Formats: sequence, C-alpha cells, structure tokens
Amino acid sequence: MIRTMLIALCLFISAIASTYVQATPVDTFAFSSAEKQKRALSLAHELRCPQCQNQNLIDSNSPVAKDLRLQVYQMVEAGKGDDEIVEFMTSRYGDFVLYKPKLDPKTYVLWIGPFVLLLFGLIIGFVFVRKQRIVNNSQVELTEADQQELAALLKQDKD
Amino acid sequence: MKKLILFVPLMIFLGMGFFLYKGLFLNPKVLESALEGKLVPYFELEQLEQSDKVITNKDLIGKVAMLNVWGTWCPACKYEHPYLMVLARNKQIPIYGINYRDERDMALEELKLQGNPYEINIFDKDGRLGLDLGVYGAPESFLIDHQGIVRYRFAGPIDQRIWADTLYPIVKTLQEQAVKDGAS
Repeated sequence: MIRTMLIALCLFISAIASTYVQATPVDTFAFSSAEKQKRALSLAHELRCPQCQNQNLIDSNSPVAKDLRLQVYQMVEAGKGDDEIVEFMTSRYGDFVLYKPKLDPKTYVLWIGPFVLLLFGLIIGFVFVRKQRIVNNSQVELTEADQQELAALLKQDKD
Repeated sequence: MKKLILFVPLMIFLGMGFFLYKGLFLNPKVLESALEGKLVPYFELEQLEQSDKVITNKDLIGKVAMLNVWGTWCPACKYEHPYLMVLARNKQIPIYGINYRDERDMALEELKLQGNPYEINIFDKDGRLGLDLGVYGAPESFLIDHQGIVRYRFAGPIDQRIWADTLYPIVKTLQEQAVKDGAS
C-alpha cells in the first residue's frame, strides 16, 4: 500500500517537473499546426539573442529576444521558409545571430581551421614516428675497441 | 629543412596566441551592423510630438544626419543626453530621434525637463523600426549620408571622446561628400 502510494507520488512529482521543463518563458502564441510550432521553436532555438549574446531567442528574457521570437513565430505562421527567416534576421542583426555560421570567405578559418590543424598534427606525428623507427632499426656497429671497452666495463661491474 | 618543421607547432602557437591576445581587447558587445551601406529601412510612423503627423523614411533623406535611438526607460540614454544637447546647440549635425518602445507622455515629459536635441522625433512604440534597424538596445546611433544610406552604427552612449575619436571624422567625410554632390 505504502509502496504504491510512493510510486504514485514519484509519478506525480515527475509529471510536475516535466511540465516545468517544457514551459516556455513568457509569451504564448497560437500556432495553426503542431508541425509549424515545432519548426518555429527549433528555429528560435537556433537563433542567438543579439542583446544577451549567450542565449538563444527562447532562453532570453530581453525585449529584443521577445520581439524576434514573435517575429519568427509570425513568419512561420505566414508560411515563410527557414531560409527566408534566417535571411530576415541576418540582414538586420548580421551573421552574429547564427550559432552556426555560414560558410563564406570570412568564416573559412573557422570551418576549415581545425582540419588544417589536425592535418599538421598528423604530418608532424608521422614524421617523428618514422624517424624514431629508422633509429631503432639501424644496427649499431661495434668496433673492436668498443667491444674491448664494453668487456672491461662489464668485468669492472662484476668485481 | 627538417629542423624547420620542428618550429611549425611553435609558429601555430604564436599565431593563435596573437589572435587570442588581441581578442582579449575586443568588445563583444560591439556587433557589426548588417545595415551599413544600405538605405534606411522603409517606415511610416507617428511623430512623437504630434500623433497626427506621419514621418516616413523619405523625410530623413537630404542631409547628413544622425539617428539616435532612445527611451525614457534607458539609463545610458540619460547619461548620453547632455552631450546630444551640446551637439545640437553647436549645430554639429541634425539629430533625428527614434523614441523606442516608450510611452509618449513620459518621453515628452523627459524632453521638456532635459531639453530636446532632436529635429524630428519618431515614435516607434512597438519597436518595429528598431527591429528593421537591427537595434538590440539603447542608445544606438546611426550616421546616415545625404542619400539616406546608413554609413555607421554606434551602439552605446555618445560622449565627448566617442564623438571626437569615432563619429566626427566620419561625419566630416560624409559632409564633404554631400557638399561635393551638391546637397546641403
């Protein structure tokens, strides 16, 4: 009996917790379809708030973010495509609002840089490994004098 | 040659160090303006002082001017205000105010108390013009040339230093250009 009550309580708490997690911050907006809502929310998640900088449009409470959020919702509702909405935002606030910057000459370093660094690392690593293997594999030739010295040293050690 | 390759990581390190060090002194709040080089966006809004008078983007064309986004709710605008008064008194540049997301009565009261540096005041109650200008806070100022093209955007309060170091040189060039083109 107590166990079932406990389980029920747990379920109840988790249900409340999950509704809190899903709650959007301030505004409510009526979408005509669930598909549109999903698209608008994912877009607003991908766009950065120009005011608070490290939050997306959904997370931010700033008035600008609220405006832009609403703008995204309205544009989705009006049947605009994702590209069109992103273009609307970047033409006003610059590429800054994109968490994932576009690939253009200004961002080549950003996109390709890590691969270039990786390539450099691999090349350098390769060169070092090769060099060491060559050193290990080459037989060291001992001259007669070296042999005698070695024998003398070993003998010394034994004594 | 083989020795040189040993210095490649050091070079990369120094290069990255240089850029990261420089990055320490950049202000992340300063965003590039997507609007520079473009016309002031289309708008039709009421004048702050007279609700029956409509101002459009065409009214801003003809002179080198400064658009200044402000609001009574914005403390930095209050800090900036005295310097705008100085600019207006010295007739340095016509300043067009954009009263952004504000209450008309409060804005008018503020101008009455603190002085009005604006030649025209546009009442952007719901921030639509601000949105088209890419405004993300206040105060923000836009320098426009005589053709109504946005040439420079400055985010933050203008003071003596900002005006002398940053804005005035641009204004001077724009004004010279305007004179050359035969505009006032």
